[in-house]
Amino acid sequence: MKVNKTLLALLITACLLSACSDDKKPISATDGSQNATNGIKDASTSGLNASSGLNPQGLPNVNASIGADGEFNDPNSPQPKIIYFMLDSSDVQPDFVPVITAHAQYLVANPSLSLLIEGNTDERGSREYNIALGEQRARSVANLLLAQGVTSTQLRIVSYGEEKPAASGNDESTWEQNRRAELVYQGKK
Amino acid sequence: MNFFRIMCVCAVLGFSISSSHAELTIEITQGVESALPVAVVPFASQGVPVDIRNIVNADLERSGYFKMLSEQAMISRPSTPAEVEFKNWQDLGQNYLVIGRVNPNGDGQYSVEFQLFDVYKGGQLIGYQMNSSAADLRKTAHTISDLIFQKLTGKKGVFSGRIAYITSNSLGNKKWTYQLQVADADGMTPQTIATSNEPLMSPAWSPDGKQMAYVSFEHKAAAIYVQTLATGARMRVAEFSGINGAPAWSPDGTRLALTLSKDGNPDIYVLNLASHALTKITNSLAIDTEPTWSPDGSNIVFTSGRGGKPQLYIAPSQGGNEQRLTFTGDYNARASFSPDGKYLAMVHGNGNNYRIGLMDMASRTINVLTSGPTDESPSFAPNGTMILYASRKGGTGFLSAVSIDGKMQQKLVFNSGEVREPAWSPSP
Repeated sequence: MKVNKTLLALLITACLLSACSDDKKPISATDGSQNATNGIKDASTSGLNASSGLNPQGLPNVNASIGADGEFNDPNSPQPKIIYFMLDSSDVQPDFVPVITAHAQYLVANPSLSLLIEGNTDERGSREYNIALGEQRARSVANLLLAQGVTSTQLRIVSYGEEKPAASGNDESTWEQNRRAELVYQGKK
Repeated sequence: MNFFRIMCVCAVLGFSISSSHAELTIEITQGVESALPVAVVPFASQGVPVDIRNIVNADLERSGYFKMLSEQAMISRPSTPAEVEFKNWQDLGQNYLVIGRVNPNGDGQYSVEFQLFDVYKGGQLIGYQMNSSAADLRKTAHTISDLIFQKLTGKKGVFSGRIAYITSNSLGNKKWTYQLQVADADGMTPQTIATSNEPLMSPAWSPDGKQMAYVSFEHKAAAIYVQTLATGARMRVAEFSGINGAPAWSPDGTRLALTLSKDGNPDIYVLNLASHALTKITNSLAIDTEPTWSPDGSNIVFTSGRGGKPQLYIAPSQGGNEQRLTFTGDYNARASFSPDGKYLAMVHGNGNNYRIGLMDMASRTINVLTSGPTDESPSFAPNGTMILYASRKGGTGFLSAVSIDGKMQQKLVFNSGEVREPAWSPSP
């Protein structure tokens, strides 16, 4: 079954965005730090600890909301934020080059923003090899961003291999959705 | 309620015993044809908190070597040698008979005695008396299973061992909670030794069984920890930029081979745990990962993508001449040596079918042991007779065991969450 990847990416991104919107119920997963007992509550006004990016108590300025894991959900940042890959490959497919270019331009225009690139794989094969393959995918995206003028200090990469699937199941459609790099904007550097 | 446990608290608290009732059931899906008929008679006991007979019976059945007689079929229940009528057991077609007695010693201790008889020869093979605290009665039962197993098969038993594994539970909304658990080899009394909202991976027992190395993403990036099991105290031993993964203990327990990508791509390194000296073993531009030591410590086998798709390579453990090992199947990864060094288990893939393969190191031929399609993480029992591994069906992960000749298969069904990455403890 051929998947319209752009549409899929938009749908998935829309789902991710709505999950993090301001009117969502409080208490999301924590970063495992000592602040784990406090979730985000609407109308809380404690200060934002920008340097760690990990303070789950921060609450929103008007234009953006802070996720519990430091995600900075800037509505101005380009969509889509997911790049998909072919099996066993970390090459950025031609369809996704313009996607990455849009993010490169945004990062260049906003040098105080930083981006975490999360590399992932489908479930097949061994777990640690998949961690390495996921990292290759994240690096591919990072290299394309750097080539378009993004400063290296704006970028961080991590690989979750097959440990954080976007979709569950044992079929081609599931595997396609999991072979991905996700772009996660972080709080200001 | 604080639904999310935090890692440092759990580490400080050490073990937390999550359940005292069975969380694991074991289905034998394929038994050994020549299984020996054995009868274990309920032990004579009064008010003893643990049913030793049931534990021994389940252990021996689970090994796949024996066909156990049900209690209902027993026409007599001897508990002392004088009460044994061998003809009764010959009539029931039993080759071997086990009887026993448990008596309180006073002050909370118990005296446990058992005898193993050859039914057709009409004589005792072994008999032991052991003292045990109430808390150690399960352990004593497993020791009895080991003694019986060794006498009847000539191989060391593995019933007193433990298994480590990772479980994950979905919280919905693309979030999970992960736990690293250690249970008895029969799956009982699982204890959580680490828990996190970020992935935990690759548990690895130290050779003395007292420590566990593992990978944790709790700081939003991979790091390798070494945790002392008795206390829960742990050290973060590798937190370099990029990947920190696949820890593997050297047989002498002084070093960890591991995967680091700090120099730009994943390579194998060896870390000396005392001096923190780091030695780079591989230097290709491709992915090099998943190191495993030969039991004599002289070689490291690892997975490399340098030929395109992952294959296994072998190199001296100080680095040097790397030779490819696997030439069949389009994907070979995650190698694990048998305790005697004669075999190498691996994930062996062809197309979409990933199964457990076993390479005979002398002939270098690979025998496929399991049916797939998503089998992974093979771990040898310390007596070398069985391999524990992980599978998936219908999106749920579970553990299975297979004998090294492929003839005996078992499925271990956990009642909670999704289970993977098993690691069998080394010989006690």
